[in-house]
Amino acid sequence: MMNAVLFLIILTLTFLVFFVPKAYKYQYTLLLLMGAIALSSVWCFKVLSGSCQVLDIHLELPAFGNSLILIIDKLSAFFIVVVNITVFVGLLYAKGYLKPYQQTKNSLSFSIHFLSYLWLYLSMIMVVMIRDGLTFLIVWELMALSSFLLVIFEAEDRTILKTGINYLIQMHVGMFFILIAFLMVGKATGEMSFDALGLYFSNHSDFLLFILFFIGFGIKAGFIPLHTWLPEAHPAAPSHVSGVMSGVMIKMGIYGILRVLISVQNDLLLIGITILVISLMSGILGVMMAIVQHDLKRLLAYHSIENIGIIGIGIGLGVIGLATNDTTLSLLGFSGGLLHVLNHSLFKSLLFFNAGSVYHAIHTRNIEQMGGLIKKMPYTAILFLIGSLAICGLPPFNGFISEYLIYIGMFKSLSVTNLYQSIIILGSIVGLSLIGGLAIFCFTKAFGIVFLGEPRSEKAKTAKEVSRDMIIPQYITIAFIVIIGLASVLFVKPVFNIISQTFSLPDITNVTNAFVSNLVQISLLCGIFVITVVALLVYRHYHLKSRKVSYGPTWGCGYTAGTSKQEYTATSYAYNYNHIAKPVLQTKKIMKDIREDEIFPDERTFKSHSDDIFKKLFIDKPVDWISDLLKKIAVMQTGQIQHYILYAFVYLLLVFLLTYFNII
Amino acid sequence: MTGFILILISAFFFPGVILRAKSIASGRKGPGIFQPVKEIGVLLRKGSVFSNATGVIFQIAPAISLASVICAMAVIPFANQNALISFEGDFVFFSYLLAFGKFFAIIAALDTGSSFEGMGANREAFFSMLVEPAFFILLATFAMFTGCTSFSDIFSHFFVTGNHYVLIYSIIGFYLFIQIAMIENSRLPVDDPKTHLELTMIHEVMILDNSGFDKALIHMGSYLKFSIYGALMYNVIVPAGWNVFLQVSLFMAVQIIFAMIIGLIESFRARNKMNLNPKFILTLSSIGLIAFLIILILTDKLI
Repeated sequence: MMNAVLFLIILTLTFLVFFVPKAYKYQYTLLLLMGAIALSSVWCFKVLSGSCQVLDIHLELPAFGNSLILIIDKLSAFFIVVVNITVFVGLLYAKGYLKPYQQTKNSLSFSIHFLSYLWLYLSMIMVVMIRDGLTFLIVWELMALSSFLLVIFEAEDRTILKTGINYLIQMHVGMFFILIAFLMVGKATGEMSFDALGLYFSNHSDFLLFILFFIGFGIKAGFIPLHTWLPEAHPAAPSHVSGVMSGVMIKMGIYGILRVLISVQNDLLLIGITILVISLMSGILGVMMAIVQHDLKRLLAYHSIENIGIIGIGIGLGVIGLATNDTTLSLLGFSGGLLHVLNHSLFKSLLFFNAGSVYHAIHTRNIEQMGGLIKKMPYTAILFLIGSLAICGLPPFNGFISEYLIYIGMFKSLSVTNLYQSIIILGSIVGLSLIGGLAIFCFTKAFGIVFLGEPRSEKAKTAKEVSRDMIIPQYITIAFIVIIGLASVLFVKPVFNIISQTFSLPDITNVTNAFVSNLVQISLLCGIFVITVVALLVYRHYHLKSRKVSYGPTWGCGYTAGTSKQEYTATSYAYNYNHIAKPVLQTKKIMKDIREDEIFPDERTFKSHSDDIFKKLFIDKPVDWISDLLKKIAVMQTGQIQHYILYAFVYLLLVFLLTYFNII
Repeated sequence: MTGFILILISAFFFPGVILRAKSIASGRKGPGIFQPVKEIGVLLRKGSVFSNATGVIFQIAPAISLASVICAMAVIPFANQNALISFEGDFVFFSYLLAFGKFFAIIAALDTGSSFEGMGANREAFFSMLVEPAFFILLATFAMFTGCTSFSDIFSHFFVTGNHYVLIYSIIGFYLFIQIAMIENSRLPVDDPKTHLELTMIHEVMILDNSGFDKALIHMGSYLKFSIYGALMYNVIVPAGWNVFLQVSLFMAVQIIFAMIIGLIESFRARNKMNLNPKFILTLSSIGLIAFLIILILTDKLI
């Protein structure tokens, strides 16, 4: 009862942000957010510590027929924890990020921004707590609307507004699929809720309904080919928002898929393979497209698709494990996927925040104009580096642990499965290792071109480190990244627990015990690695002190007078890769050849651009087709009132005739 | 522990044997076997020159790369003796830890701001990305064949199955490890360490600006990597149950033969055209797939 009242009070207080003076709006928002986070953390703690299995909170709202119940089980609690961390760090970071906008934006737009931020948070935690179909759709919609308002913060720019509307439309397409799925369940069982899914699945075909849910939730999560909103919306949004959207909001799609999977009983193998194939495609294509991007935030957005792919691989393997009664595979697959949800929310938000800091400092997102920023912005650079290492899944950071869980699940089940599964699993191993290699390629490029070398433009030369307000909050995220990497047991064990309870797996103590010893060994080896590095560096320090150290220009093969324009660029870094990835990326070069009769060539420009073929195929083409059709129909729009009356008359006549002949 | 020490020892003479094989093949007398090690000693005594463009990344990268190789070494077993540290999926750790070192080597090259080194960095990243699947396919087939998921368990169960056809498989494994080692260490036919033109280098061009202590660390890392792969090769061709003394001498023999193979390949073969390298490297993955097919037959899953 107490919980419900507190929750409702916070919900109402959010609207008061409009009446708070502009200078204090941020503090007010922070206070409310901290209240909400504290409240939800207490709930999570109760559930995760095992003091109660499921926490029910009845919000006695007459408008919902007193049926609005928040139900927190372990899965919900896990997602709430993930949301809490990133949303909190995001708001702390926003303080510094929004400072320049204090002059240009009026009080109202700040109010709307903060209100949307709070509601994005509240709707996200409600999404994972609500089981009733209709209420779920309402909060799902609230989540889409509030994030839409956040994306269009800089709506003076028409392209941003356009992107925002594109995002809003795609979210509604997704919602439409979920709605149909819920209606199907409602029609068959008389109840529209996640709890009724079990009943539905027990006497209907599972695959069709699952696919409907998968498309609906997959658009949110950004599985290829449902991803096209992602690379558009993330760059358009302010960085703290893109951090939260990419870090946690897209994970709501993963939550939805997991929630549906709990109830699925038949067709498990088919569903598992479907998820696995789509995820592998998302993972590989996502990172492949990321490599050729010039826009730093767009690059990161494509990486979100890749990481959703990795999460999906874990989930797909988990489902295959369920189908074949391979408890180890399902435990490791699901746990790897779920832990990657947490991991990705940490390092991806970190990377987006730092991309925001870079944007803040040099006012461009174009990688080709950056370079040498590590000297101007050392803190940002180191934070970005740690994020890059973690996202590539390299030990001793957190990304490795979740990828390791997935890998080991696959390797373990290879020897026990039959022919077809072996082939599928081998395919996923190859896919995952390829994703790892591509990610390293991508992030050496991103980090190297942005932060290292010589500055490639005037803007980059004059960059200054961002204020401390923007850097210090990120240490929270860094702390989690390092702790999960070095003391993985602390996190993997609870995740095992969540998975085994959620999917009611049989006894897992043996697997857990065996696994804990593995993780301890990994921590040990990671520790040794860190110590070796430190020891070598300390030795090097003293070694160099006693030797002559001098400085000079970089080796230029006899020609050192070049400008920074001759440096390796992001495009040249990806050149040979582009060569073999051409069929997928369709990179176009826009340039004019020098003609033979052109003795003194005039100024030339070179531009390369790669299209997202899925966007072309699934969005642009159908939209073009429909708008062509609509243009043809527009002939009827004559602007003369007689014609319109005629249309009405024809329509009435048609209805009358059709009724008369018993057709409708 | 034995494995760890043996790898360290063989790293001392490994590069010398390559050099010696090359000089004998080309009719020269050649330097002594320990010449490369002596050169490291020289480098350690020298001072350093750093580029003005470089920063902290350039300074720490060589140490990190070497540390990653040393720690990766700890999971390599020798014969029946377990590795220093062995756990399920340690080969995943092995591969990702080496990738960590490589990540730093690549960004250190980019730190200099030189186009040459950018080019080398890009090629290194690109080729090691392509070789990754081959390594994982090979290890997956090992895991499937033996039912084990750590280097130590895999190699100690490798010949125990009693299936004589495993020899075909160990030859494929041996071949793949040679090729992977050549690519990871940037030797022929993917990269020629003795080339004189920056435009055609891969690994050498990345370390153009390193000198003194850092360069010594880089060389050490590269020699250790060779003997790590040598140890892996040894493990796939020699049954784990044999007598220890025989094992140790066989281990050294395998390392020397491996070094000689590299030296001979480098004497009699030209480097691939740069844009043919991706095809060459992807071929390894397809050979890995053939190995997978063989294992499917051996484990009675197929047919």
